[in-house]
This record gives sequence, structure tokens and C-alpha cells, in this order.
Amino acid sequence: MSTLSPAAARTTSEKSSTPSGTRRRGKSRMDPTRNNTAAGLAAWLLALLFATPVLWMILTSFHSETDAATNPPSVAANLTLDAYKEFFGETSGVSPWPSLINSATASILSTVLVLVLAIPAAYALSIRPVKKWTDVMFFFLSTKMMPVVAAILPLYLFAKTVGALDNIWFLILMYTSMNLPIAVWMMRSFLAEVPVEMLEAAQIDGANLILTLRKVIAPVAMPGIAATALICFIFSWNELLLARVLTGVVAGTAPVFLTGFVSSQGLFLAKVCAAAVVISLPVLFAGFAAQDKLVQGLSLGAVK
Amino acid sequence: MTTATARISRPGHATAKPSRNRASRERALAWARRAPLLPALIFLIVVTQLPFVVTLIISFLNWNSLSPGTTGFAGFENYVTVLTDPDLRQAIFTTILLTVAVVLASLVIGLGLALLLDKKFIGRGLARTLLIAPFLVVPVAAALIWKHALLNPTYGLINGILTWAWSLFGSDTPPQLDLLSQAPLMAVIISLVWQWTPFMMLILLAGLQSRPMDTVEAAQMDGATPWAIFRHLTLPHLRQYLELGGLLGAIYIVQNFDAVFTLTSGGLGTANLPYAIYQTFYYANEYGLASAAGVVVVIGTILVATFALRTVFSLFKKEAAR
Repeated sequence: MSTLSPAAARTTSEKSSTPSGTRRRGKSRMDPTRNNTAAGLAAWLLALLFATPVLWMILTSFHSETDAATNPPSVAANLTLDAYKEFFGETSGVSPWPSLINSATASILSTVLVLVLAIPAAYALSIRPVKKWTDVMFFFLSTKMMPVVAAILPLYLFAKTVGALDNIWFLILMYTSMNLPIAVWMMRSFLAEVPVEMLEAAQIDGANLILTLRKVIAPVAMPGIAATALICFIFSWNELLLARVLTGVVAGTAPVFLTGFVSSQGLFLAKVCAAAVVISLPVLFAGFAAQDKLVQGLSLGAVK
Repeated sequence: MTTATARISRPGHATAKPSRNRASRERALAWARRAPLLPALIFLIVVTQLPFVVTLIISFLNWNSLSPGTTGFAGFENYVTVLTDPDLRQAIFTTILLTVAVVLASLVIGLGLALLLDKKFIGRGLARTLLIAPFLVVPVAAALIWKHALLNPTYGLINGILTWAWSLFGSDTPPQLDLLSQAPLMAVIISLVWQWTPFMMLILLAGLQSRPMDTVEAAQMDGATPWAIFRHLTLPHLRQYLELGGLLGAIYIVQNFDAVFTLTSGGLGTANLPYAIYQTFYYANEYGLASAAGVVVVIGTILVATFALRTVFSLFKKEAAR
């Protein structure tokens, strides 16, 4: 991996330089084990601190409502699936499934649309670049810098006029436009990794476009396409503002369901935690699946 | 993986062969090159640029959908209201404060974490995974967890831990925080810093790992202290990564809606511009005013974005030139 190689190289050189420990200063560098123990300890403490809300959310979701609402917290309380049963509507009869299915539909279909539009565009910006391709890149990026709130009213009025309010397809188009600029930037950086020599060799061998795409470009770009898809999926799945304004009872997504689901009556803490766990699971899976390419994707390909 | 040498730009990859109607051929070729780009470009212009033009037009109208008879041209009236209405002015101020505080705090903490994770220690991979987790919780879910499971004054985890810690020393009067009503903006900031620190950490860690180590080793040979190395070698190298992280973070946090909506419903001075605009058009039906506020956000974002683009551009140019 390109991101790991400098670190690996550094560790070996550090190791090789330690035995000749005749330097007076820079002790911490010369004694990597001791320094790293301290750093490791600190890193672990902070990692646990940052993970505590997540771990607490998971633990509480398996507690009963009475055990969830105690002060001091009942860490070792009995585990139960009651909160999950409640979330899936055992007593209330309100099922979260329609909203989860809406979220999945909107996220998956918009991601497919994004890829269909972004991959050819990225091809025209990297492998066979158009003139002034950098200007085009920055046009794409500039659309991402325009806050959603600056365009949401006309979109809302348009949807209302043509009867597209509370229609999942309209939301899919919105999510496509929301993710397209990011995807173009990501895909360009991944397609740019296809070696020119390989493309030239394919051309000399008389390979046609389809063959070049399949045999030369796809193998190199595939992990990048997967990472781009996962990141677009996450952004769509997480989105709240557009979904809240543009959908209602029929096409409401999981985040919208979640905001309307906290009642002020009775105990609901374990249920909220169970809901948060269920709704975050796809994102957690997608995020960890894309972990290797997450940085490159999130930084729009600027950081490898 | 591919090597860095492969990442070069490919000008004139398919230069037109000399021919009689060279001009028309070249034009056809240029269009063939542009063709794959057009669907994405046209789609984006239609879905993002056109609505903004409409927003711009509406922002000069006096338009409240609840009183249809009064619709008309308003000039700059809406803009004057945006800048003089105490609520909206407060929203502008809150947006700036929220963005700056979250970006700076998550950058500083992210830098510390990246420096720690740059060292080798047992279970580094797992620690890194744990640190990324906050970024992978759905923002609405994260806000709900902060509101109910962590910050709740009666049974939230934070007060729970305080009670527990004080009881260890035999005290039954532990201090109890109520951030949500006493310092609601602080609660929003904390939850957002928690979510955005992993993002900054990942970008800065990638920056650290791309550091040329020979100069660092040379400095060590010459007896430079770790602080001197950090100050004069690491930090300058990280500068563009800090800028990139900060500016990308700013673009997202300026637009934040989920945390404000869920944690405080914009109460007690926590309404930022996206939330205020949402309220203005969705509940108050003041379309003209909401549009003017939207345009103000865009102007503010353009100011930030000019810097953002410059930074992204410098990294990008470097890469394109390789």
C-alpha cells in the first residue's frame, strides 16, 4: 500500500539506527520501546475515551429501560433484547422497516447513479483528459461548496409543484447531485493511478476501448470504485435535511424516522440506543470496509 | 500498488493523425473526449446551479406563502432583514463560532492523536479502528446518543460517572452537569468535535506518514530535540494537511443541521444559519427572507472556499505535475 510504505521504511531505519546509541540528545527517539510504550498507553486511553460513547450506546441497547436510566450507571446489568424488540415495534406497532428500506433504496440507487455518471466523467478528466480539465474539476468541487440550504427552497417548491414531494425518486436525484462532485474527485484520483505505460501498451497491441477498460483500467481502479461507492453510500444514508424537507410518511428515511421517534413519555433510553445501533450498523460496516481508502476518499484524493 | 511515477498527466495521448479535414476531425475528437463528461456536468448544472439562480431571484421578492396577495418585488429588503433581525444575526454569529470552535478543536486533538498513532505500539490497528468509530455513527444517531445517553442531567453517562467517582470517596453530593440547558452551544460543539476529530486524525496521520524521514533522521543525528524536530520539520510538512483538513471540515460544519436540530432544536442561541433558514421557510413560510439568508450563507462559504480551493489546488497541482 502506498500509504503504509513510508511508515514501514521508517520503522526499519529506526531499528537499524538504535544500536549505535551514542547520541546525547533526542533520547526518546533513541529508545523507541520506552517512548512507544508511553505513546501507546496514551493512544489507547484516548482511543477508549473516544470509543466510550459508541461502546456505551451498544451496551445500553442491550439493557432494560429501568437499568438504562440509573445514576450511577448500571454497567453490569442483565442483558436483554427488549430494546431491539421495542424499536422494531413490538408494542407500538410502528415498524422502522419502511424507513430503513427507503434509506437503503435511496442510498444504493443514488450511489449506482453517481457511479454511472462519475466514472465516465473521471475517465474524461484523467485517462483521456479534455482541455482545461482542471477547471472542470474545480467547477465540480465548487458545487459541493454551495450549502444545501441555498438551493433547498426552489427544490422544495419544484417538488411540490410537480407532485414529487414524498417521492423517493426525487430524493435519489438529490443524493446523486450531492455526492457526484465528491465521487468525480475521488474517481479521478483513483483512475490517475492507472499506469500510462499499461495504457500505451494496450493501445499498441490494438486493444479496443472495451478491452482496455476491462483488462487494464478496471483491475487497477476497482478498489477505488468500491471505496467511492461506500463513501457515497454513507453520505446518503446519513443525510437528514433534504430527507426531512422533501419526504413525509411514504418516503421518509431512517434518519427522519429516528428524529420523530423519541417520545417524551416514559423511559426510552435503551430504545434510542438500539435504534442508533441499528441505523449506524450499515455505516459502520461500509466505513470499516473502506478503511484503507477512507482517507484518500474523504480528502477527495488529495491525500494518499 | 501503482508507483508514483505512473501518476503523470497524459497530454496528447491520442493526437489526431494528419488528414485532409483535420479541423473537423479534431473537433470531432474533442467532442468524443468531452462526451463522457457531459452527462455528469449537465446533471449537476440542472440540479444545483439552476435552483441557486431561483434562490437568488426569490431573495429579492417579498414572498410569504401564507399571505399570497402580498407577493412582490422587495429589492434588498430581505437582505437588510437578514443582517438586522436579531435572531438571524445571532444565527450568523452562532454559525461562525460553531464552525471555528469545532474545526480548531478537532484539528488540535486530531493532531495529537495522529502523532501518537504514528508510533508503533501494541494493538495500534485496533486503537485506530476505535478512534474512527465516532465518525461512522450516523450523525442523527450520534446527536441522539449525546442528548439522551451522555448529557442527560439525570441519568446520562457523564453525570453517572461523576456520581460513581464521588461515591468512591464516600461523597453523596457529586457535581452534576446540565450542559444541554446551561451551555447548549457547548454541548453541540462537544458532540461535533467528537465526530470530526477522527476525520482530522486520518488526514493528519496520512500527512505524517508521507514525511520524508531522511531529514528527520539527519536532524536527530545533529542532536535536535523532539520538540525542535516537531516545530521545524513535522509542522511545516503538515501545514497543507492541516489546512486541507480544516477547510474540508469547515465546509461540512458550516452546513451542519443534524446536531443543532437534534440536540437543542436550535433553542437558547444554538440556531445556526442552516437551521434558521430551515425554520424560516419550512415553518414561517417566509420564502423571500429564507432565500436571502441562503444567499448570505453562499457568500460566506465563497469567502472560505476561496481559501479552500487554493489549498486543495496546491496539493492537486503537485499531484497533477508528477
